Amino acid sequence: MTTTLPAYDEVVARYEPVIGLETHVELGTNTKMFCGCPTDFGGAPNTRVCPVCLGLPGSLPVANRAAVEATIRIGLALNCSIAQWCRFARKNYYYPDMPKNYQISQYDEPLCVDGYLDVEVNGEPVRISIERVHMEEDTGKTLHVGGATGRIHGATESLVDYNRAGIPLVEIVTKPIPGAGAMAPEVARAYVTELRDVLRSLGVSDVRMEEGSLRCDVNTSLNLPGEQWGTRTETKNVNSLRSVERAVRSEMIRQASVLAAGGRITQETRHFHEDTGDTTSGRSKETATDYRYFPEPDLVPIAPDPTWVAELKAALPELPRLHRRRLQQEWGLSDPDMQSILNAGAVELIEATIAAGATPTAARKWWLGELSRRANETGVELADIGATPVQVAELQGLVDAGKLTDKLARTVLEHVVAGEGSPAKIMADRKLEVVSDTGALTAAVDEAIAANPAIADKVRGGKVAAAGALVGAVMKTTRGQADAKTVRELILERLGVQG
Amino acid sequence: MTDLTSFSAAELAGLVARGESSAVEVTQAHLDRISAVDDRVHAFLHVDTEGALDAARDVDSRRAAGEPLGPLAGVPVAVKDVLTTKGVPTTAGSKILADWRPPYDSTIVRRLRAAGTVMLGKTNMDEFAMGSSTEYSAFGPTHNPWDLSRIPGGSGGGSSAALAAYETPLSIGSDTGGSIRQPGAVTGTVGVKPTYGGTSRYGLIAFSSSLDTPGPCARTVLDAALLHEVIGGHDPLDSTSIPAPVPDVVAAARLGASGDLTGVRLGVVREFAGEGAEPGVLAAFRAAVETLTKLGAEVVEVSCPHFQYALPAYYLIAPSECSSNLARFDGVRFGLRVGDDGIRSLEEVMSATREAGFGPEVKRRVMLGTYALSSGYYDAYYGQAQKVRTLISRDFTTAFDQVDALISPTTPFVAFQVGARTADPYQMYLADLFTIPSNLYGGPGISVPCGLADGLPVGLQVMAPTMADDRMYRVAAALESAVGPFTPPAL
Repeated sequence: MTTTLPAYDEVVARYEPVIGLETHVELGTNTKMFCGCPTDFGGAPNTRVCPVCLGLPGSLPVANRAAVEATIRIGLALNCSIAQWCRFARKNYYYPDMPKNYQISQYDEPLCVDGYLDVEVNGEPVRISIERVHMEEDTGKTLHVGGATGRIHGATESLVDYNRAGIPLVEIVTKPIPGAGAMAPEVARAYVTELRDVLRSLGVSDVRMEEGSLRCDVNTSLNLPGEQWGTRTETKNVNSLRSVERAVRSEMIRQASVLAAGGRITQETRHFHEDTGDTTSGRSKETATDYRYFPEPDLVPIAPDPTWVAELKAALPELPRLHRRRLQQEWGLSDPDMQSILNAGAVELIEATIAAGATPTAARKWWLGELSRRANETGVELADIGATPVQVAELQGLVDAGKLTDKLARTVLEHVVAGEGSPAKIMADRKLEVVSDTGALTAAVDEAIAANPAIADKVRGGKVAAAGALVGAVMKTTRGQADAKTVRELILERLGVQG
Repeated sequence: MTDLTSFSAAELAGLVARGESSAVEVTQAHLDRISAVDDRVHAFLHVDTEGALDAARDVDSRRAAGEPLGPLAGVPVAVKDVLTTKGVPTTAGSKILADWRPPYDSTIVRRLRAAGTVMLGKTNMDEFAMGSSTEYSAFGPTHNPWDLSRIPGGSGGGSSAALAAYETPLSIGSDTGGSIRQPGAVTGTVGVKPTYGGTSRYGLIAFSSSLDTPGPCARTVLDAALLHEVIGGHDPLDSTSIPAPVPDVVAAARLGASGDLTGVRLGVVREFAGEGAEPGVLAAFRAAVETLTKLGAEVVEVSCPHFQYALPAYYLIAPSECSSNLARFDGVRFGLRVGDDGIRSLEEVMSATREAGFGPEVKRRVMLGTYALSSGYYDAYYGQAQKVRTLISRDFTTAFDQVDALISPTTPFVAFQVGARTADPYQMYLADLFTIPSNLYGGPGISVPCGLADGLPVGLQVMAPTMADDRMYRVAAALESAVGPFTPPAL
């Protein structure tokens, strides 16, 4: 195809993007969607299975009430209507990681419909319409052995682990999002970020994109202004917030190059590649599988009691957007200051640091200053930098107690990030504590005075500013571990001069 | 001494409880009978001799220790091979499961064991319960003890033939369109389809989930009721199980046995009482209606206009659900695997396994159902059939405003010759013409012997409202007390 891709600016100058997001969330229930098997991550292959999640002949599913409750709470948090009556449906297709060769899902009768999620993109509010929130079961995991690509084609053996089969999944589908223009990638990222925060605040999932408990498929299409929406592609394997943004951008650029060359977009699934940042074609959806959906006859319909739904609604936690607004007031921050915290993804870290005893100013200083700088340099998320809010609060406590200078504290933090333990321990192990032993310090001062008689005379003669050289000498002998202010006061005292 | 195999389950339970016979003696007598006749009847696919004797010994030792025994302790039971039995082969009459030993018991089998019954083995059936003659079993047909050249009905022909051959006093069947009642009728035994949701489907290998209903089979109405009470009731492992107590079917059977039906209103289904049934069947049915009247019942004619669409609706709904239910038989996790030679792809192995493992009737229904559910045809076929299902249910509820129960012949014809209807699927499907409506509605139905036609048994069907299973037991027990007994010729 084309060898040179158009610049993003050219793409958005010419085309209008429409995006849409389908997000799968693994619920953190204790047991699976339709049986009593445990859901925790890990475990030897095929040890967390039973006749139901293996789809053995004769077995039957029974819906997990905790999963239904979690789904309703998600729907309520996303401002959806909760169906008074809904059903599961069977989605029929053959694949070895599908124990029954059909997936129990919801089709035309989802549990939650017609909601929205308000997000902010560069300080501007954007309302994302939610089409539906529905329940389904996860599939097993297939490992294809012997092929070059790890895909089924060319593999000599396929191994299947059914531990994941039947884990409750919630699928959250947005309505198409037109009109985002050049901001489409940021809108996509902001939506998934906000959604993740909402899900986390509800406590329904650990929402770890890297572990697959939050999975995102991104639909993208382009059209010329005034024309109808273009053919969309569905990009899978988008495993981080950053990737959401990159996947939209890269797919927009790719589609624009195809269209500009007179080609047409194929409706297909594409795979995003973290390393290259681009997408490659997966299976084509033009010969779409006929899933032969029909209502699941093994499960009775779900008719949530309206009183129960009302109770769940009343008990929803403060949602992230309102929570942030409250924090901003409590911390006394301006809009731009709060925005910089949001952009750095540091709200929860700062909140936790304050909870561990630091002042808002100090907490913000460490996370947005030294730690953000290091995160940027090393290309990791701030939350994964290696320092915890508790450690940061402890570090600040040592500064406040006069045991560390600011400069020493930064050195200690370096070792914290390197995983050497708590700040107090590092300070002790590496002997980084401020020298506050007056005897030792006085000795060092006397030594400096004796070694620099000319300077000492100048100071005695009233040239107090000359004392700086003596301070420098003392700091040198104490390897910077003395407090410069204290040293200076001590020198003047020993020379009988008023400071 | 009278042969222990000639007793009813109620009598055997009494013998064991009183210590007049041991459970081992009762069990051994039935195992001996199976050895003697089953090479001709072929009611069993698997006889669990050791398991049965172990269970019998357990009952005897518990009795000796003075422990309380269940109402059917020490009584043998045969289980249709469609219910999972832990460690005991379960084939559903199919080659695709020929060597499968389930790692778990179905709820019904679990309850049977808990009640102290002795499971003799697994009975023959049409493959995946699809058929009306047991000729579609992958392991050869079962023969009707009344005439070994004839079929015993189906799909549960094995469970009914075993009763008629005195190989067991009790058996379990499953009824999706008539698979308990129709074999009951043509073997001169009692077959009960309980209310859908009244007996657990957990461990019942699914044919059509919204229709499948496991139920009791016996030689007497009281025995069926005793077995019904043991296996019925709510099961949290089956979402469609009804959370309510089992209707008091035993009391109803005892009440009916008094032969008094005063105050009971019965409706003859007009659409099933005329053409469509053999003259001999109709004659026996009409005689039975007269008997019921003499017993005090008020019999009126009731019209159920949509029953005529039941058969076509059934042949869209059942195949649709089966096309999905049978998708799991792919050779990946259990059962037969064909063509796994390291060269064929996964899809080819799945395909070859299903091609080799399924018989012709199963393939026909999977294809029918796949078509009926496909995009573009769903509304015209599956969707339309569901609407018909609603109309049939309304016919029932309207009828039950006027009468306590409905009656009809169980099946249009007596047992036919082996091979007579396999060439034309539709002729085979007609066997369930009168039984299918209850499955679509979900209400209970019972077939009880009501007479003979040309020396072969005819069954009368009583249909009741959902969760009013006791009503039909009363009517059936009353009829039973006034006609018969119908005993097959000695084998």
